[in-house]
Amino acid sequence: MAALRQIAFYGKGGIGKSTTSQNTLAALVEMGQKILIVGCDPKADSTRLILNAKAQDTVLHLAAEHGSVEDLELEDVLKVGYKGIKCVESGGPEPGVGCAGRGVITSINFLEENGAYDDVDYVSYDVLGDVVCGGFAMPIRENKAQEIYIVMSGEMMALYAANNISRGILKYANTGGVRLGGLICNSRQTDRELDLAEALAKRINTKLIHFVPRDNIVQHAELRKQTVIQYAPDSKQADEYRQLATKIHENGGKGTIPTPISMEELEDMLLAYGIMKTDEQMIAELAAKEAARQAAVPA
Amino acid sequence: MPQSAEKILDHGPLFREPEYQEMFARKKACDGAASIDATALQSEYTKGWDYREKNFSREALVINPAKACQPLGAVFAAAGFEKTMSFVHGSQGCAAYFRSHLSRHFKEPCTAVSSSMTEDAAVFGGLNNMIDGLANCYSLYQPKMIAVSTTCMAEVIGDDLFGFIGNAKQKGSVPEDFDVPFAHTPSFVGSHIDGYDNAIRGILEHFWKENPAVAGSSETINIVPGFDGFCVGNNRELSRMLDLMGVSYKLIGDAADQFDTPSDGEYRMYDGGTTIDDLKAAKGAKATLALQHWNSRKTLEYAASVNQETASFHYPLGVKATDELLMKISALSGKTIPEALRLERGRLVDAMADSQAYLHGKRYAIFGDPDFVQAMARFILETGGEPVHCLSTNGGKEWAEDMQALFDSSPFGKDCKAYAHKDLWHMRSLLFTEPVDFLIGNSHGKYLERDTKTPLIRLTFPIFDRHHHHRFPVIGYQGGLRVLTTILDKLFDKLDAETNIAGETDISFDLTR
Repeated sequence: MAALRQIAFYGKGGIGKSTTSQNTLAALVEMGQKILIVGCDPKADSTRLILNAKAQDTVLHLAAEHGSVEDLELEDVLKVGYKGIKCVESGGPEPGVGCAGRGVITSINFLEENGAYDDVDYVSYDVLGDVVCGGFAMPIRENKAQEIYIVMSGEMMALYAANNISRGILKYANTGGVRLGGLICNSRQTDRELDLAEALAKRINTKLIHFVPRDNIVQHAELRKQTVIQYAPDSKQADEYRQLATKIHENGGKGTIPTPISMEELEDMLLAYGIMKTDEQMIAELAAKEAARQAAVPA
Repeated sequence: MPQSAEKILDHGPLFREPEYQEMFARKKACDGAASIDATALQSEYTKGWDYREKNFSREALVINPAKACQPLGAVFAAAGFEKTMSFVHGSQGCAAYFRSHLSRHFKEPCTAVSSSMTEDAAVFGGLNNMIDGLANCYSLYQPKMIAVSTTCMAEVIGDDLFGFIGNAKQKGSVPEDFDVPFAHTPSFVGSHIDGYDNAIRGILEHFWKENPAVAGSSETINIVPGFDGFCVGNNRELSRMLDLMGVSYKLIGDAADQFDTPSDGEYRMYDGGTTIDDLKAAKGAKATLALQHWNSRKTLEYAASVNQETASFHYPLGVKATDELLMKISALSGKTIPEALRLERGRLVDAMADSQAYLHGKRYAIFGDPDFVQAMARFILETGGEPVHCLSTNGGKEWAEDMQALFDSSPFGKDCKAYAHKDLWHMRSLLFTEPVDFLIGNSHGKYLERDTKTPLIRLTFPIFDRHHHHRFPVIGYQGGLRVLTTILDKLFDKLDAETNIAGETDISFDLTR
């Protein structure tokens, strides 16, 4: 058996991380890989397209019910979905209470200790939003994910988040084996999106591993709680995900140590690509607007 | 005033003086405390079967758990290695607790440093504390190795020790090649025995990971003693027996000298312990044995993963348990068990037979760590006694099954039961509803002794209120003799106390027992 390959998907909330990761993993399973998905998001929606069902019972939810994690059995939390993909959701506390980060640590420790990682080729972590605390960096720790894939788009906040996540990875990369696998641009059809994604990739010393075009078929599949691979296997979009899966598969060991840039550099870049305007530009535009309004008022 | 400079009263008699008694009574009235009658009524209620059922259906509350937290075990484990400083990554109070807890038991100083995390570290992560802490520890205390463990605080915020220690080395806190093994030991998971296990495994992984030695290339047998408050007496007794056999062995972690430094005019912060060279060489060992199975599951799993033969025991206390250990070591090493040990065994059996008339049918309650309770219950069965209530807060489902198998193996085990995950308040109910002759455990049992009048025999960690017991072994045949004597002393003291009222009960106040 080849060595266990562990990857993780990070990215800004709402960017399409879970959708992208599940479609990609569905394509990977077609390539004969045995996969375990570990959802590290209290929303527990990292596996619904694979399981064709609404969120499953989470590790932490069941642990709370049983009294402690030690009382859990692996079978209670591990469900099998599309083409044998194993799925686990870590879950987390109610909004506003507790510590979701510790929840991620607890869940991943539980899975490792109970042999969830035995007999799989791939473990994929799907991690919420940003690397906000040590807990959400758990998949980046030594002997966890070897490569991190950042899902982003041409929107300003997605680029910020991508750069921030790189900073998180850098903290662990110098002493450990974790690397940045690449950026995955999940198109929002913003201006010069591809150029911007490629430019950012270059600046932070990685590559744009794939540009996933926007296609409504993804939403149609999602409504049916399915991946595009399952819903419309012959569609063009399914092929996009297959390409992405192949690229990730061949990218093993080719990750890099990221070189995140400062906020100023990032803003300069956004300015250069016309995503952001300078204060002067904005004031000038506002002045022009006001002047026009003034002019329109009859004397 | 009752107190005078000429004749100073200790706090015991002092507070019984009328002045203080009056003050306590006034305070009680002022606090609006329940009346003596009401208290007595409630107290009576807690002794019945009704209350026992209520007590055992308790879900959300634990009262007096008979266990401590993971980093305590890790600090104990680190004390077993040559010139090793325990580094607790977390807040100062936690480190102070581990030190005082071990000191109070061993009556010896216990050194450990903390990374002194405060609120800013909780917000920004403890990396800077690790960098400064390692640098300070290295230069102030000149250890040969720093063993890092974690407290709840560092664990909740998700501090990653591997990354942190690597970063600290890059920043020059300690030299690159300085040994800093580590273990994540979240206090809110498991107990001190898991912390011990994680720490030992962490240390072995550190020295064995990139170590080319091949398991089985030497004749040595590694022995992992487990968390043991009697390590001072026990490790020396174990070594004595193995030396008699002529076996090549190495203890993986031996805190006997660290917790028993002599007063010879020279203070030593570090004493004894397994050397780093021995630790490295230990990878080539033929086998790794754990004296306490429930203390060493992860360690043994790791030893097995580097192709060592492994075996585990449940604290070799008593006749059969010692037999099993020696026979296993004999089989592994090819060395025969010498005549001297055979004689010792015979003497223990003889002593047990001599006291049989008193020991037979005695009923016991036992609490403590799972391996200890298992061993003690087994020994009690060997003496013809009944270990009726066996309770372990950090024992699990599998432990309870093992215990049941043990009870089933003896005619004296018929009415015995194991209670996993239960606490000392549960034990209180058990002692009131189904009384026993003796309670075997640690100092925490003294409140049960007071409430239920069950005589307490202190035979396991922590023993804070009696001195020096841990300097004598409880394992092996010699240890068995010691345990036997301790039980008998309590038994005869009780018998004497029950028969010493002149003209009333003294018809059996015999000179010879």
